[in-house]
Amino acid sequence: MGPPHTPPDRSYIYFAIVQVGALRRFVLRRLLFAVIAILGATIIVFSLSRMGGDPRYFFAGQSGYGISEERWDSLGVEMGLDKPVPVQYFLWLGDILRGDFGNSITTQAPVIDVIGQRVGATGKLALVAWVFGTAIGVPLGILSAVKRGSSVDYVIRIFALFGQGFPTFFLGIVLILIFSVHFRIFPVGTIGEGFSFKHYVLPAITLGWLPAAAYLRLTRSAMLEVLETEYVKLARAKGVTRTVVIWKHALRNALIVPLTLSAFVLVGFINGAVVAETIFSWPGLGRLAIATIQDNDFPVISVLVLFTSVLYVGVVFLLDMLYLVMDPRIRYT
Amino acid sequence: MAVEREHSASEDRILVSAGDEHTARSFGEQIYRIAARTAYILKRWPVIPGIILFLLLFGAAFAPLLEPFDPLNVDLRERNSPPSWFTDGSEKYFLGGDPVGRDILSRIIESTRITVAVVFFSITVGIVSGTALGLISGYFGGVIDEVIMRIVDIWAALPYLLIILTIVVVFGQSFTVLIGSLALLSWPGAVRLVRAEALRVREADYVMSAKVTGASGLRIMWKHIMPQTFHIVIVTATLGTGTLILTEATLSFLGAGVPAPHPSWGAMAADGREYLRDAWWISVIPGTAIILVVMAGNFMGDWLRDRLDPTLRQL
Repeated sequence: MGPPHTPPDRSYIYFAIVQVGALRRFVLRRLLFAVIAILGATIIVFSLSRMGGDPRYFFAGQSGYGISEERWDSLGVEMGLDKPVPVQYFLWLGDILRGDFGNSITTQAPVIDVIGQRVGATGKLALVAWVFGTAIGVPLGILSAVKRGSSVDYVIRIFALFGQGFPTFFLGIVLILIFSVHFRIFPVGTIGEGFSFKHYVLPAITLGWLPAAAYLRLTRSAMLEVLETEYVKLARAKGVTRTVVIWKHALRNALIVPLTLSAFVLVGFINGAVVAETIFSWPGLGRLAIATIQDNDFPVISVLVLFTSVLYVGVVFLLDMLYLVMDPRIRYT
Repeated sequence: MAVEREHSASEDRILVSAGDEHTARSFGEQIYRIAARTAYILKRWPVIPGIILFLLLFGAAFAPLLEPFDPLNVDLRERNSPPSWFTDGSEKYFLGGDPVGRDILSRIIESTRITVAVVFFSITVGIVSGTALGLISGYFGGVIDEVIMRIVDIWAALPYLLIILTIVVVFGQSFTVLIGSLALLSWPGAVRLVRAEALRVREADYVMSAKVTGASGLRIMWKHIMPQTFHIVIVTATLGTGTLILTEATLSFLGAGVPAPHPSWGAMAADGREYLRDAWWISVIPGTAIILVVMAGNFMGDWLRDRLDPTLRQL
């Protein structure tokens, strides 16, 4: 974090001109990285599919009767196994780019449909969890920073500490134990009709707990840093009230840090959804992932990995751009 | 009683030396001072995390001697039996029996051994390879640096849990796969931190002198740069312990971690999921063990970091 305001001297115009080129370079660099990251994901998924031996064995596993000689050979031609591995990779990549993701081994349905049916449930849950995480984490972080050293700060920091040490799956179990088994407040095991808030509470807390703790910690340290700066001190010295300084001067600069965290929160949701959805029997992508693992349904899991990677890389790219708009001081590297 | 006698004696002494900087201490004040002293020690030294981690290692080292029963031995009469200290609890098992009638206490102890072994090997593999890559990246710089760091970035940009699950699908469930997957999780952090330190140390005069005297790149990295990054390696390894234990437990919970029938805290918590209504302790006991160990690991890592390198605190 540099100084919040650059002094308005004449060289500013010169810097602005330099930055136009730098801006374009920065955007292009980030875009290139996004593309390379996605390609990296495809390479990882593809090599995994070929590392486990002949991929045709994935098809032999389920039926329990093995696989006939003719089917084995026809599968080989179908999957292009008679060609060298790099060629296979590009053929596979070409299929993916044309939107042909293959079929699920267990249900024979197109993978894209299998995933498409599940996206909504996970998306809604992640949204509620994100709102929860932000609504808990950011205000508590501000409070903790403003009341630094007080007992309030202490309690909040202990909460954050627990947030990091509490395994997601165990949090889910404890929540079910308290609120479903003991008090019978919230139902568990279904998603409910339409958008029923009652069904979302426990899974969203489970999924949003870790982000809440992370938001809290980052907001707190960012706020503390900003509150120490000269311009906040100046604002206080010239008679601006404490409330205005905190909400107007400090917060707006401190919020940039939690914003950058949002990408990591998203990737955390992808990992956390696997756990939370398993516990709450949520019909989303996470539970799909576990089901495919139990069935050895490789086509589905590989597309799932690709899908989430693209989602994540895309969000990181968008956040970088948003970051540019929000903070003109960003270094173009 | 002993405290009270001592209290009056000290009060006498203080009364004799009245007018000193000493003031009379009431009993409550003495208690307060003892509490404050204890709080200070607990704040300054990681006593409680130390005890927890010691118990973990102790359990791992002497598991067969400590286990009251064979952790794999099934006794169907003890299915879901409550801990022995409950009213109408099990007469045999101190912490009760799991859904197939195995002793939870023995399984808890046995899985310390498995957890410690898995985490130790995976962190060693991850940290050693991460350090090596970080040194190479920081020392050589240029294209090598760029390639290694981009790989690290890409790896960090992928949903690791799904990838580990995919690896488990492809290679099957085994200890080797588990250790390998967890190692994949811990190397990028080490690369970043070691590289940053290597970049800094590379410019030091003694590295320049070594270069002038004709030392090879390998020798400089090993003899001159690596020792300087050692504290970072230790801190990363300790801080990584908590995360790895957590991930191992999560994987086992999902049924993709420690292969059955070996006990693992995560898998034990999953076993009790069906019986939450009637036998909550099956899940809660191993879950509590995980929390204690993970938080102890995080505390210890934070403490080591503050001790060894306060400049890392920002991370």
